Amino acid sequence: MTVAELKHDEKGCAMETAHISSARESRVVIDLVVNGERVIEEIEPNMLLLHFLRDKLKLFGAKESCGEGECGACTVLMNGYAVTSCLVLAIEANGAEILTVEGLSKGNELSILQQEFVFQDALQCGFCTPGMLMSARGLLDKNPDPTDEEIREAMAGNLCRCTGYLQIFDAVKRAAEREREEREE
Amino acid sequence: MSNLCQLENFEYSCCRDYESKYKHVGQPYVRKDAVEKVTGQATYTVDMELPGMLHAKTLHSPYARARIVSIDMSKARALYGVKACLCGEDANTKVGLYMQDKMVFASGETRYQGEVVAAVAATTEAIAERAISLIEVEYEVLEPVINVDQALEAKTLVHPDINTIQHTVGVFFPQPDTNIASLNTSRRGSLVKGFEEADLIVENEFSLPAVAHVPLETHVTIVEADPYTDKIRIWSSAQSPFALRQMMAAAFDIKESDIEVHIPYVGGAFGGKAGIHLEPLVTLLSKAAGGVPVKLRMTREQEFNYMPTRAGMRGRIKSGVTKDGQITATEIVYDWDSGAYADYGVNVGKTAVYGGLGPYDIPNASIVSNTIYTNKVFSTAYRGFGHLETLWTVERQTDILSQKLGIDPYEFRMMNLLKPGSKTITEETITESSGSPCDCLSAVVKEIGWTGRKTQEEREKEWKTGKVRGKGFAMIQKAPAMPANTATSVIMQMAGDGHVNIMMGAVDYGQGALTALAQIAAQELDIPFDMVKVIPQTNTETNPYDWNTVASKLTFMAGNAVIQASRNMVAQLKDVAARALRCSPDVLAHADGYIYKKHMPEIRIAYKDMALGYAYPDGMGIGGPIISHGVCMADGLTNLDPKSGKGFPALAWTFGAHAVEIELDVESGNIDILKVASAFDIGQVINERMVYSQVVGGVMQGIGSAILEGYKFSPDNVLLNPSFTDNKIPTMKDMPFEVVPIYIENPQLNGPYGARGIAEHTMISVPSAIGNALYEATGINFYRLPLTPENVMLGILSGKKDIK
Repeated sequence: MTVAELKHDEKGCAMETAHISSARESRVVIDLVVNGERVIEEIEPNMLLLHFLRDKLKLFGAKESCGEGECGACTVLMNGYAVTSCLVLAIEANGAEILTVEGLSKGNELSILQQEFVFQDALQCGFCTPGMLMSARGLLDKNPDPTDEEIREAMAGNLCRCTGYLQIFDAVKRAAEREREEREE
Repeated sequence: MSNLCQLENFEYSCCRDYESKYKHVGQPYVRKDAVEKVTGQATYTVDMELPGMLHAKTLHSPYARARIVSIDMSKARALYGVKACLCGEDANTKVGLYMQDKMVFASGETRYQGEVVAAVAATTEAIAERAISLIEVEYEVLEPVINVDQALEAKTLVHPDINTIQHTVGVFFPQPDTNIASLNTSRRGSLVKGFEEADLIVENEFSLPAVAHVPLETHVTIVEADPYTDKIRIWSSAQSPFALRQMMAAAFDIKESDIEVHIPYVGGAFGGKAGIHLEPLVTLLSKAAGGVPVKLRMTREQEFNYMPTRAGMRGRIKSGVTKDGQITATEIVYDWDSGAYADYGVNVGKTAVYGGLGPYDIPNASIVSNTIYTNKVFSTAYRGFGHLETLWTVERQTDILSQKLGIDPYEFRMMNLLKPGSKTITEETITESSGSPCDCLSAVVKEIGWTGRKTQEEREKEWKTGKVRGKGFAMIQKAPAMPANTATSVIMQMAGDGHVNIMMGAVDYGQGALTALAQIAAQELDIPFDMVKVIPQTNTETNPYDWNTVASKLTFMAGNAVIQASRNMVAQLKDVAARALRCSPDVLAHADGYIYKKHMPEIRIAYKDMALGYAYPDGMGIGGPIISHGVCMADGLTNLDPKSGKGFPALAWTFGAHAVEIELDVESGNIDILKVASAFDIGQVINERMVYSQVVGGVMQGIGSAILEGYKFSPDNVLLNPSFTDNKIPTMKDMPFEVVPIYIENPQLNGPYGARGIAEHTMISVPSAIGNALYEATGINFYRLPLTPENVMLGILSGKKDIK
């Protein structure tokens, strides 16, 4: 069988060859910290941070739900700020510190925030939960003593279709209290 | 281990005022799946990768109705990395739930904007996407059937073959040479007599648009279809593995045993993942690609455009009442804009003829329900299964009747509600065991502090402050909508350490079955809750049969199956213990993980010592591994008579009521929900923490339908808002300030510990209660949903008192 007889014609293969060459030429190396560990990877410059985490690092906690920054399911912390990782290019994270839901626990112990999500029943299907947790973490890191309105505001970018939010609100509020108590001890 | 310790140290206390009389049933245990879900460990279909897996992308029709003149896929096929390219010409596979009306790919004619025209499987998503962009389709645009009025004229048929579409005969009734996929009817008494007896007759029309389910995990499926045999393996974000298996077998004309369906964790469903969706299409792609696994995930835009919705609906209602407030007659016509295909839509339409009257005893009543084909994205099951829609009609009308009569809406309802001895429209007699709508209404009216209607002067005075408040309430009623012979089953196995695993055929996609069923087993076996595990991942290869994870029937039916299996397990243990202790099983009892002699409790054997067979001191063994199964078959149900609608459709009614207090900003039209009180006669709380979550979650979805959500179409039926930017769902900022759940526990005699279903009910009638509260606040009656700031302001500014 000759190449010409194969399914893919010259033109199709030529397109792919050109694509691969240009992709190879434009590849970049990023060097960053993910959940406390240094990561060095070669990536295509148009790769999204969300896809970098899921496809390259196999961290499947951050979820893709809308792909346009409207739902918050892909939220991670970048240098301490909650970002929707579907709107961030992986190269923008070069040199950054990234925290995902997989990095929330302390060793094999759930963090206070995770415990409160469990205790307050702040999840049902669980698909929005990683993003919810990271938005809440971002809030409490910047503002350990948020008002009710500040919690609503900080969490309003994360959609949940199951819980109705009240339990998530309670979990964030209670976690803030417990973290404060822990600091004071 | 440390995770478990943290959870064990947690004190199981209810946030609300509820105490259970049982050791495990009713206790507010935390969810079994919670730790996996807060650590990112829970694996959903979208997270799965299989060796050699290809990625699929789909091409969708840009037109609501068009003839496909030609499709040229040669450029796509030629692209390196493309392994399969399919369109309607390559596949004549028909699928359908109740009506075999849908092709896997649009064939000949497209029936809605968003319908799949072609699909590609390639080594990467990027190549698949490029290949899709290379497919050239020539369309001849045709005049679409826009809405139910046009469809009823039947000048153009969405399905010209309607007279020959295969369907479930005797349950659904497609009308020849029309766009009516099914016409269902029910009636009781004589309308002529009823309207003669009335002092006042009121006719109104209410409507609401199509709404999206919005599971956070969009539809996603992986299929590995052996090209040499009929074997198909499916991993899918789906609700109903066994129904899916059955429909796949029918679609491909193969054995059910050749199909494996695996359901990992599911990221939300709400009815939209019941039935069969992407699976046949991905099967065809996998076969065409030589049998390697192929994954297809809907983008959010595709989820809005292509995946089914809740149907839009129009309800026309005519009511007759006497001066003193007795409803003498109700005549309703429901027209469901079900879109291009029947799917679950026809069953929603059917359900309306027995669930669509509201929980009232009306001696003369008639319901006609038309499920209608139009050139729109098609409809399917959605939480509430038609009851949110029908009760928008009925409960707004009830409020308007009380306005016209000058009778308090609470008193007016109490006069007409179903009570023991009353009959439903299908002439089912309500008993003490059916639950009490009156108890629910009284409870919420008290909680919200209802003291009667405002006067017009009071309203006008409040208006000047810029914010007006109103209280309103509405009734809820729903029974599982399911075939009369619906069944479920569980298998329970005891491990050598006395722990118990339960396998079910249904899926826990967040509702809490893994936890609730474990509580029932722990209660029956009298072992710690932590010693029971319900296996979360369901598959049709090893798990026992369940009809469908829909209809708020799982706690009820699987709960009963777990009771049966547990009792069987105890009987097996007693049987072994009787032999070991050389006594009759009749003198034995069980408690705390032991079988013991009733009259000599110190003589006992631990379950764990019999779990794999009991060994005498000399090593000789008796018994064997303790494995049991339990089934639950819907009992006493019948199909409805095609004409009169007579029959027994309801496994169990769950009645309820919502009361709300709202505040309207008269400048912006924005509605804030201040308080919601929700009462349900659920018979028995199985897990207080999770019932509360069902209530809050359902109320919130109901608020979405009430004040935010709805599909908008262009004049040629192109969806205008297929994104979260324009098709919003509630966020934490829309959350009510307070939700008070009230659990009424009049036990259902055939329910597990007296329990009834509650999952869907929490959403139903939230819009009706808000609509009624909006009248209280403004003195204006609204007839259309959603009550967005825009629609409310346009209504107010029109100066009219009836916004139709």
